[in-house]
This record gives sequence, C-alpha cells and structure tokens, in this order.
Amino acid sequence: MAISDVKEYTHLTEEEVEQIGRELDAIRAEIEDSRGAADAAYINRMIKIQRGLAAAGRATLLARAHTGRGGKPAWAAGAALLGLAKILENMEIGHNVMHGQWDWMNDPEIHSSNWEWDTAQPAEQWKHSHNYVHHQFTNVLGYDNDIGYGILRMAREQKWHPANIGQPVYNAMLATLFEWGVALHDLDIERIRKGEKDPKEMKRQLRQIVRKGRNQILKDYVVYPALSGRNWKSTLTANLTANIARNLWSYVIIFCGHFPDGAMHFTEEEIEDETRSEWYLRQVLGAANFEGGPLLHIMSGNLGFQIEHHLFPDLPSNRYAQISERVKALCEKYDLPYTTGPLHRQYGQALRTIIKLSLPNHMTSSDDPAPPERADTANEPSRARRRKSDAERPPRRTELGGWSRSAS
Amino acid sequence: MSTISWERVRTAGSKLTTPLHPDDYLSLINPLWSQRELRGRVEEVMSETEDAATLVIRPGWGWHYDHRPGQYVGIGVQVEGKFQWRSYSVSSPPRRSGRTISITVRAMPEGLLSAHLVEGLKPGTIVRLALPEGDFVLPDPPPAEMLFLVGGSGITPVMAMLRTLDRRGSMPDVVLHYSSPTPERMIFREELADLDGRHDSLTVHELHTDLDGMLDLADLDEICPDWQERETWACGPGPMLDAVLAHWKDHDLTDQLHLERFTLELGGEGGEGGTISFRTSGKTIDADGATTVLEAGEEAGVGMPFGCRMGICHTCTLTLVSGTVRDLRNGDEYGNPNEPVQTCITAAVGDCTFDI
Repeated sequence: MAISDVKEYTHLTEEEVEQIGRELDAIRAEIEDSRGAADAAYINRMIKIQRGLAAAGRATLLARAHTGRGGKPAWAAGAALLGLAKILENMEIGHNVMHGQWDWMNDPEIHSSNWEWDTAQPAEQWKHSHNYVHHQFTNVLGYDNDIGYGILRMAREQKWHPANIGQPVYNAMLATLFEWGVALHDLDIERIRKGEKDPKEMKRQLRQIVRKGRNQILKDYVVYPALSGRNWKSTLTANLTANIARNLWSYVIIFCGHFPDGAMHFTEEEIEDETRSEWYLRQVLGAANFEGGPLLHIMSGNLGFQIEHHLFPDLPSNRYAQISERVKALCEKYDLPYTTGPLHRQYGQALRTIIKLSLPNHMTSSDDPAPPERADTANEPSRARRRKSDAERPPRRTELGGWSRSAS
Repeated sequence: MSTISWERVRTAGSKLTTPLHPDDYLSLINPLWSQRELRGRVEEVMSETEDAATLVIRPGWGWHYDHRPGQYVGIGVQVEGKFQWRSYSVSSPPRRSGRTISITVRAMPEGLLSAHLVEGLKPGTIVRLALPEGDFVLPDPPPAEMLFLVGGSGITPVMAMLRTLDRRGSMPDVVLHYSSPTPERMIFREELADLDGRHDSLTVHELHTDLDGMLDLADLDEICPDWQERETWACGPGPMLDAVLAHWKDHDLTDQLHLERFTLELGGEGGEGGTISFRTSGKTIDADGATTVLEAGEEAGVGMPFGCRMGICHTCTLTLVSGTVRDLRNGDEYGNPNEPVQTCITAAVGDCTFDI
C-alpha cells in the first residue's frame, strides 16, 4: 500500500513531526560544523587508493599481454583490481562527490559541479535524475522514476501489464547492463514513448550520452586491447569482466536501498504541502539500510546507510555510520520503523518483490508491513500514474545539494 | 620537444584515463605534475620579522614565471580541510630565480589564513595558486624619477620592483619612504639598507611610527622636495592610501599616482539592484546595486562558494541563468543566458537568477 500522509501513517501529531524535524536539523548542523581535516583526508585517501587500483589493474593486464606470463591468475588479478577501482569510483567517490558531499572543501578538483564519473551516464544527467528527481520525490508514485526504473513493476499500485511476466528476465538484463540502463535513465524513455518529451532536450541529452559512452567504450574495448598487441583478447575480456562486476554490484546495492520490505511508497497526496519535517519522515519510511562491516560500507558508497543518506544527501558519507546511531535512537523514541537487515536478506526481499509483481495483484499477497489500525489498501484498484515533467514537479528543495546543467 | 607535441601526448593519454585526465594520475606520483589546477609546493618558510615570513613556492605545471614586478598571486591553502584563498604580492623578481616564486606574508591579528601561513605552514605543503594579476607594476622601461610610499607589509610589491631594478643594474632616481611601527617590524630592512648602500640613485627613508608618529604628507616637501615631479607608487593600510590619494588630488597629480589596496576597490558604478533568485536552493533576496551577489546569497542563507572575495581566484563563479549583473570594479555587464560569473565582484542589474 502507498502512504498518502506520513503523519497519519505514523500516528504522530503535527508537533511531534516538527520536533523530529528539529532534531534532524540539529544533527545536520552538528555534522556540518565538525567537518574538517580528517574528513578531507578521508576522501583524498579514497581517491588515491582508487586511482592506484585502476592503474595497477591496467598495468597488470598490459604486462600480462606483453610478457605472455602470469596466465589465468594475472588475468583475474587485473580484472579484480580494475573492477574494485570502478566500484570504488562509482559508489564511494563519484556518487557522493556529485551529491556535493565534499563541496565544503572548496576544492575545485573534488566538486559536484565538475566531477565526471567512470560510467556511461553523463554526470549532469545523473545529477538531475538522481539528486533531484529521486531524492526529492523519493518513492512517490508517478514522480520518482527510480521505482523500477521504467522497466520493472516494483509497487502494487503500479498497473500490471502482461509484459510484466518477463520481469525476472528484464531484471537479470538490467543487472548485467546496469551501466547502460543508468545511462538512459534521465532520458525517461516512458515519456519519449508517449511523445511528451521535448525533442530539443532529448537531442541534447542523447548527444551527451553518445559522447560520454563512446569514450567509455573506446577506452575499455578498443584502446587498452589495442595496446595489448597479440593478446588483445584477454585484456578485452578482463575489462568486460570488470565492468560487469561493477554493474552487478552497484545494481545489488541500489536495489537494496528502496525495494526491501518496509521501504514504503507514497501517493502524490503526500507531497502536497509537504513540510520539511514531513519530507524527512518520508525519507525514513521510504529507505532501507543494510548491515555490514566498514569495508562493505565503503565498497557500497556507504549506501548501507540509505536512510541517513536520504535524510542528508550532501553530508560526507564517512559520517553516515556515526549519524545512523542518532537516527536509530530518534526512530526508537518516536516508534518509527527503521528498516535494516543483512545484505543478502535485503536483496532477497527485493528479488522476491520483482518476481511477485510480475504477476497481477490478485495472484499474490502484499509483503508490506500493515500500518497499525488502518485498513489495508494494498489491493485497491490501480490508478494510471503518468510520469511528470520537471515543469509539473514542485521546485527543488535545499537539502539536495547542487545540480548544474551545461549551457548547450 | 615542442609544446604542441606534449599537448598531443596528453590528449592521447586522456583516451586511456577518460573521464579523468592523465594529470589526475601523474599528480599521484608528484603533486606538481598537474595542469588541472595551478599548484605549488612550499619549499621554504623564511622568517622575516616576528610576525612576517617569506614563503618560497615552487609552482607546478602550467606556471609562467613572467609576472610583472609588483603583481600579486592568489594562494589557496587547505585549513581544517577547507581551501582558503588570499592574495599576496610576489616579492621575488620575475624569471631570474628560475623555478620558484616568493611571497611575503604578515600575520594579521584577525587574519586566520595569514597567521596559518606564517606560523603553521610546513615546507612540502601543496598549495593552490592563481595566476599573477594586478596593475600596480613597474613600467618597462621604468620612469627616470620614482617615489615609493610604503606602510608596513605594503613593502612586498615594491620589493619586487626594487629587486628587478637592482638585478637589471639600472636603478633610476628612486626615493623610498617606508613607515613601520618599529625597526624590528620592518620587513626586508637589511636588504633595503644593502640596496641603499650599493645604489647612489636610491634613497631610503625609514619612519618608525611608534616613536616618531605617522608621516604627515605636508612633510614630503622636505623629505622629497621634487615629489611632484615623480611618478609615485603607494602601498599600505587603507587610511594611509586615502590620505595619499587626497593629497595627490589636491595637487592635481593623480595621473602620476599608483595605488595598491589589498581589498576590493569598487571603481565602477553599482548596478540597479533587484531580486536575486537562487534556483537550486529555492531562495530569493532583494539586493541593492552595491551589494555583491555573493553577499546577497550569504544573507539569504545560500551556501555560496567563495575564495579571495576580490575577483581573483574564481572559486565563487556560478552560472547566471537569467538576468544581468555588473562588475563592480569596472562596470562591465554580463547577461548571456547561463553565463558563468564571479559573484564576489558583481551586483544585480535588475532581477536575476543563479543556479545554486
């Protein structure tokens, strides 16, 4: 079922909701004031490690190709180093830098306005589709294009179509080709299909994607293999492996953010006159964390703290662990759900939803936790929810960090 | 090897490193091997007086040693994780010393960064640099008769000029009047005495204001009887410069006067003011034509980026989505859609919108 009013769903009074907002604001202020040299050293160290891994991976593969030594282990080592580098770049560095988490350093080389990441989607389009559309309208049906990415039916309120039966297959394809799915995400193919997209804007975006994607393909599948001489094939397969490993990993992490049981959806009634505190509350209800050690959190860009990330998208990711203690305590105090679990369970639930929702609602049951003392509306007839253009959306919120669009 | 082929190598290299630049990897080996941002490494911190020090900086790739004597550079230093920018005059003469530049900094009681530079900067620290700028420079060829009026750390750009004249061995008729509270606080005191001894055409007057009081400009007629014939460079605290400017105006000699202020000088006309909207943060504020966009944004509670606050470092640059702004230094207007503008030196001309 989708929530149309967070206050009502959580049984909180207006004053209590405002108090939660004030407490979250206080956490934000405290973190902002305490950002300093140690945080700067953290992101600089991450960047150094990431570039070192990338260089080592490329060098291993080239050395293997030219000396003909090392065999399978060298191939695997090269692919692994490169895959780790790509994962670290996309998750802990690129995603977070583009959120503006490190803009406070005033360092032009680590800044949301000009960071370009090692994946096919142009940074500018990501900052629109993710930082704005997804983070402001988190889990609001018709507004947040991340609910199934226009490919999967992920909410019972989304209308079932016979094509949904293929979901398990589309899902596997999306996971493998995730980089390219993300690259096309901001184009909003659904709106193109319905002829609602401004053709000029579409052309501009396509040009950007082609330019970026071409360089990415050239690098991994032409230039490095060409430099490998006779053994070009092994370099090419290693690069492909690294890219696919990164695709699968980022897909799993991202699907654990909003699709496990307990991460709720919302109707557009919720965002009518939504206050800052209610927006906070929606982020808590709409996101799901997963548990793990420090290394797992770094490799997943600290998105295991998805709730904290959604509350404070532009605070430095290395602080989310510390913030989560405070948020958890706050949730306990107000009896708010705080969804978390081990990675495999969270992904398992997302996968089960994908499979379940490939069928019409009447053939399956809902896994959403029922709200206390409320009629379950999960099996209400679906409404068609047309996707919104930017003009139809409310203006951007301040909590989302920067977003710049290039002139041409 | 010509520069063109080097550029080609770098462009070809970027095919391997896209979306990064080869410099992003090279700078891991040596932090100075990057042209993405101008960088420098602090080679030496030399104490000049109790509260002033000269920083010898080795600039990285992309630096040209052809600054004009008297110009200043922007320097960005990471303090508590955050880059802080200030501008300081280069005190070394152009080119001759080869691979380094020096700037001389006095720790100001309220100046967080200057104190950090004088006391806290370790040799080996990597800093950011901005290319030399400024019109307070030694003309080439220099005029035959010159007067320098200097207060305190205002000596630094003048020192660059004197060193240049000294190196060239062509010291014209120069009078330097240098005020400082005490002899101990005088930066470059020994070097100036040495120059004074070696050049007959150079006259150095020291004034220790704690003992003898401030310079009364009426006394110039005695100290330097032909001051009205000399081209004059004045650098020092604001009140001193105001007095100098007034004195030269009274004698209708402002054509012969060069001033260096280390604060933003708003020479141009202000804008008309208007409502400034900050698109991303959804905030708006009414600003008058004398308020910079940066100040207005800060007033409105927008997290505005800023650096030097005087139009040098470009850290504050934002995209002007619509509307027009005026450069408060010279009256230039910028109003192309999506034009990047420096917010610290521009004010609104009518309503405008920024992308932040």
